[in-house]
Amino acid sequence: MTLYILCFALFLTGLYGVLTKRNIIKIVIGLSIMEFSIFLFMTLIGYVNNGDAPILVNGKEQLVFVDPLPQAMVLTAIVIGLATNAMLLAIAIRIYRKYGTFDVRKINQLKG
Amino acid sequence: MESLIALYVILPLGAAFLIPLIGRFVQFFAKTISALVFAGLTALSVVYISVFHTETIRYAVGGWQAANGIPIAIYLVLDGFSGIILVMINLVTFFAVVYSFSYLKKYTAKNNFYALLCLMAAGMNGVVLTGDLFNLYVFMEIAAIASYALVAFGVEKEELEASFKYQVLGGMASLFILLGIGLVYWTTSTLNMADASRILKDYAGYRIVIFIQLLFIAGFGMKSALVPFHAWLPDAHSSAPSPISSMLSGVLIKAIGIYVLIRLFFTMFSISYEIALTITVLGVLSMLTGGVLAIGQWDYKRLLAYSSISQVGYIIIGLGIGMLVMANNGSREIAALAIFGGLFHLVNHAVAKGLLFMTAGSVEYATGIRDLKKLGGLAGKMPITSATSFSGSMAISGLPPFSGFFSKLVIIIAAIKAHYFVIAFLAAGMSIVTLAYFLRLQKGLFAAKPMAGIEKIKEVPFAMTFSMVCLAIGCIALSALIFPGVRDAIITPAVKVLMEVSNQPVTIK
Repeated sequence: MTLYILCFALFLTGLYGVLTKRNIIKIVIGLSIMEFSIFLFMTLIGYVNNGDAPILVNGKEQLVFVDPLPQAMVLTAIVIGLATNAMLLAIAIRIYRKYGTFDVRKINQLKG
Repeated sequence: MESLIALYVILPLGAAFLIPLIGRFVQFFAKTISALVFAGLTALSVVYISVFHTETIRYAVGGWQAANGIPIAIYLVLDGFSGIILVMINLVTFFAVVYSFSYLKKYTAKNNFYALLCLMAAGMNGVVLTGDLFNLYVFMEIAAIASYALVAFGVEKEELEASFKYQVLGGMASLFILLGIGLVYWTTSTLNMADASRILKDYAGYRIVIFIQLLFIAGFGMKSALVPFHAWLPDAHSSAPSPISSMLSGVLIKAIGIYVLIRLFFTMFSISYEIALTITVLGVLSMLTGGVLAIGQWDYKRLLAYSSISQVGYIIIGLGIGMLVMANNGSREIAALAIFGGLFHLVNHAVAKGLLFMTAGSVEYATGIRDLKKLGGLAGKMPITSATSFSGSMAISGLPPFSGFFSKLVIIIAAIKAHYFVIAFLAAGMSIVTLAYFLRLQKGLFAAKPMAGIEKIKEVPFAMTFSMVCLAIGCIALSALIFPGVRDAIITPAVKVLMEVSNQPVTIK
């Protein structure tokens, strides 16, 4: 249970960063923290107490395995998260070149 | 037919891979292959809805068979509902590609543009076809990341800012959805939608299921820009290059937003009154807020973007009333009528809003400005743009010979029959507001006194007018869907899919 609560605390930390920070790089970091809290949560979903890695080995009696599917999902989601973060940072660099600042308050060409 | 449906993902994905490789050496390769791919896929989906529309086609990717009744493979499922969405996606994408032939003259890196466009369409086709929740997330992210890049394609100040805003909100939406999918797996130990719906039946009303539903409403609500989550849409849709705007507003918010919302809430979860009410209220809020905000806009594309929010509200209202009636065990005819109205308006809006963003692009292409205060008197100089823009505007605001009239009428009639008089009244009232801002748009653009430098303005090239004229014909031709014969062939199978599965989940062989 403690683990789930810590996981949720991590999610809220990320959300706090996205909502309150003014620097766009810090917003990206906040988003990544939220993302990884969810990855952690999904890994916890598949955990079985005293479970072993789900590999069959000759001569080994262990039959309690952790669920491999959430792990596969998390691996895929990490790759997608990499693409999202790369995209976000690429745009952030372009914004810095155009506006000369990372401050969201000064990046306000669009109104209405 | 089974293995052919994998082509919807393979062909655009393959084109997206080949275009940067070969397009560098072969001129016209990017244009030819992307136009061919989407023309072919449109033909394939038209064949499906005109011939096979009553049957559901399942394709197990990799050929894995179910073991002990538990599905292992990722299934691609094509039924009446996904059929019409596929026609819509591929048709609008095809016209957007043809439109881009001329529109892209002022941009560099054209190959990247076509590659990203193919990637976005591959993602959307995948979302519509897949029967697996996590696979849906993957395809959704493919479409979303391609659209982030395309919004920023102009790399000017506004485009970059809009793209960043869109990415932060879109990223948060994706995280909500991923968390929801994780929780579905925790509850049901399966990711297959049909299988999950069978298991979720026993959990209906549990707190965890309600939490999952709220996560999905927030996530897909953000993707389809329902009102509390709509802040990114006007920026993103007005900053993107025009063919992309027409795809974003015309199909992307429908394919990865509304379609998935409907599919999950009708097919996977059992319909409950509270959730149906939430969805309908969000629809009403979107309709009102979008329409009211659109009145104050003086930028051609921003006005269209706010109008999109409002029209998405209409679609959601139609489907929401259907859900409410079914949740109350009301008359199934009224529910079917409301769902039909929602789907009909969805198709109409895709064609009409796609067309309108293209006309906005044409005006910008010819004059270089989008500010309605500075434009004026273009009717004589740009007759085709003017005529097509008029038919698109009238189709959305709902004037009789155009398709939008019938779909709004059906939604309002369904609301009255279901005794939601307030919704019917608001929908009719907002339709007048819609007409008001579109008439102001038409007057400002084409009728008002000529703008400065009007002598030099010419009609746009053939590729652009071709797409616009075809879609304008579509605006009128879609009215035919109101006639029983045509309706039974095209939209009724989709309505049936939604009505049936919501009472009786599909069993996996």
